[in-house]
Amino acid sequence: MVSMLLALLAIWIALELLTHGLFLSPRNLYNLSVQASAIAVISCGMVFVIVARQIDLSVGSLLAFTGMLTTFVQVNWLDGTPAGWLISIAIGIAAGVVVGLFQGWWVGYRGLPALIVTLAGFLIYRGAAFLVADGQTIAPLDETYQVLGGGPAGSLGVRASWAVGAVGCAWLGWQVWSTRRERAKYTADRAPAWLDVVKVVAGAAAILGFVAVMVSYPNRVELDADGEPTGMGIGTPVLILIGVVVVLSFLAHRTRFGRYVFAFGGNPEAATLAGVHTRWLVVKIFVMMGILSAIAAVITTARLNAGANSIGQLAELYAISGAVIGGTSLAGGVGSVPGAVVGALVIQSLDNGMVLLDVANARRQILIGLVLIAAVWFDVAYTRRQTR
Amino acid sequence: MTAPLVEMIGMHKRFGAVHAVDDVSCELHAGEVVGLLGHNGAGKTTLMKMLAGVYPEYGGTIKVRGGKVVLVSPRDAQRAGIETIYQHLALADNLDAAANLFLGRELRTRWGTLDTHRMAHETGKIIQRINPSFTHIHLPVRALSGGQRQTVAIARALYFEARILIMDEPTAALGPGETRMVKQIITGLKREGIGIFLVSHELRDVFDVCDRVVVLKNGKLVGTTRVSDVTEDDILGMIISGKRPGVRAETPEPSTAPA
Repeated sequence: MVSMLLALLAIWIALELLTHGLFLSPRNLYNLSVQASAIAVISCGMVFVIVARQIDLSVGSLLAFTGMLTTFVQVNWLDGTPAGWLISIAIGIAAGVVVGLFQGWWVGYRGLPALIVTLAGFLIYRGAAFLVADGQTIAPLDETYQVLGGGPAGSLGVRASWAVGAVGCAWLGWQVWSTRRERAKYTADRAPAWLDVVKVVAGAAAILGFVAVMVSYPNRVELDADGEPTGMGIGTPVLILIGVVVVLSFLAHRTRFGRYVFAFGGNPEAATLAGVHTRWLVVKIFVMMGILSAIAAVITTARLNAGANSIGQLAELYAISGAVIGGTSLAGGVGSVPGAVVGALVIQSLDNGMVLLDVANARRQILIGLVLIAAVWFDVAYTRRQTR
Repeated sequence: MTAPLVEMIGMHKRFGAVHAVDDVSCELHAGEVVGLLGHNGAGKTTLMKMLAGVYPEYGGTIKVRGGKVVLVSPRDAQRAGIETIYQHLALADNLDAAANLFLGRELRTRWGTLDTHRMAHETGKIIQRINPSFTHIHLPVRALSGGQRQTVAIARALYFEARILIMDEPTAALGPGETRMVKQIITGLKREGIGIFLVSHELRDVFDVCDRVVVLKNGKLVGTTRVSDVTEDDILGMIISGKRPGVRAETPEPSTAPA
């Protein structure tokens, strides 16, 4: 995790130098945070999938399908209905659940490899996304809905952003302190105090630094009393991502579901012999992925202010890369949700930075592919060292 | 006389064309250690897996304390007081001792979330009882020695107050000191009135701790005998030739022994 953060830092510094100060500008970092959110949401879920020794190649297509469904229903059926945008999101998520049940059933109860089922899904949902509106792009979308995509209307503003930052710092401090206390109770060894202090200080600096950058990006739509631009603040997609990270971390560490996902990934036989319903567990993982794909679809379509069947292309590969770069082991049993956020940020930073550098699409793909190989190589080397 | 702790009557299990267990019956009394012997593929492990609830279907009747039970999931067996320690210990290497000990039966807070505090506390307590030198309960079990991993597996069975314990090759991966420790644990459990089925290849271990042995060959029951009534050679004869002692007319030719 620490090495990944350092890698991210190195990438940022390199891109900052190469773009002559464009990369770390408030405007670009704001855009980066919003772009990375959609991928990071899926990446976090992909951690569970990979930890349980599965894979999901369908999420990009599923993102397009649920995105089309949400926007189509919203514009054609629910236009003018109170809270119609909310109902359209519920419909998109419900579709994600149904698809998750379908894929999970084939993998868990029919024993087909997840690779095959979700590769089929990759084709099926992309086709289905086209059929929803016969290939047409759906726009414009509900104004309230657009808030979920960030931008001048979809950001927290100065005061609320600082409040979120303060809550984040308080939570970090409490987390480190309570872990320390628990360790002290049951085991002899514990991390040195200075390390915990460094953790809290560095974490708080990162959180507050992020907020400071976000509020320094001028919002030229919302003006203050003097007619001056206000600060943009944290974008709604980032808030959604924070919510997803909190919920999924909670699932991973505090619930039986998360415990069983890790146990199943560590030793499927042990989980079965312990009486874990492993088939149903697999179904639940794919349902979760369906829900997260639908959430990522909401962020993406709201940001574009349009539903198009071409969205989410390569999202599955970026999400898998993000999870793996963030330390999730393809051998199963090992992975972390915050790691996946860092991994997604690495991928999105490279993509974003190369766009700033005017690198052609084809070359960007080559470089990101190479980064993925490097990350997986790291994973393989690490696993070998562990099992030796 | 009280009913036996476990009665298995006319047990059958097929895997395709292979009759892995063919009409085997045996019983286990409280405070008794019964050894299961036989070559690889004789049906020992299959028989024990039926008792552990691993198979969704099987043939035959299982009675626990005289009452018929149907054991078609590991949870059924656990509910009947049957705990199993598998040969490969069935631990999730990436999780710590507490997570493994409570796997499938996690303690929870009143909000339904995992009560990691209480699980760590209980794990520390029970492991203290079995193996006081073992303190690394927060490490992933992958980082532990064979004896420590065995301790975790045994602790799991003991915590849930098993009355019936199945141990599949408990000493297979252990050094001499750790083997002695496991034997001591077995003797201690016996004294507490727990019935133990011990699957083993080590005749030495069987003679040290078992009261009776059940010998299987090619899925069929060769016979059951008290350990005190026979010699190691008698038992070997049963395993190799499939004949009961006494029926044995001549020493079996070594060449007839299956590889």
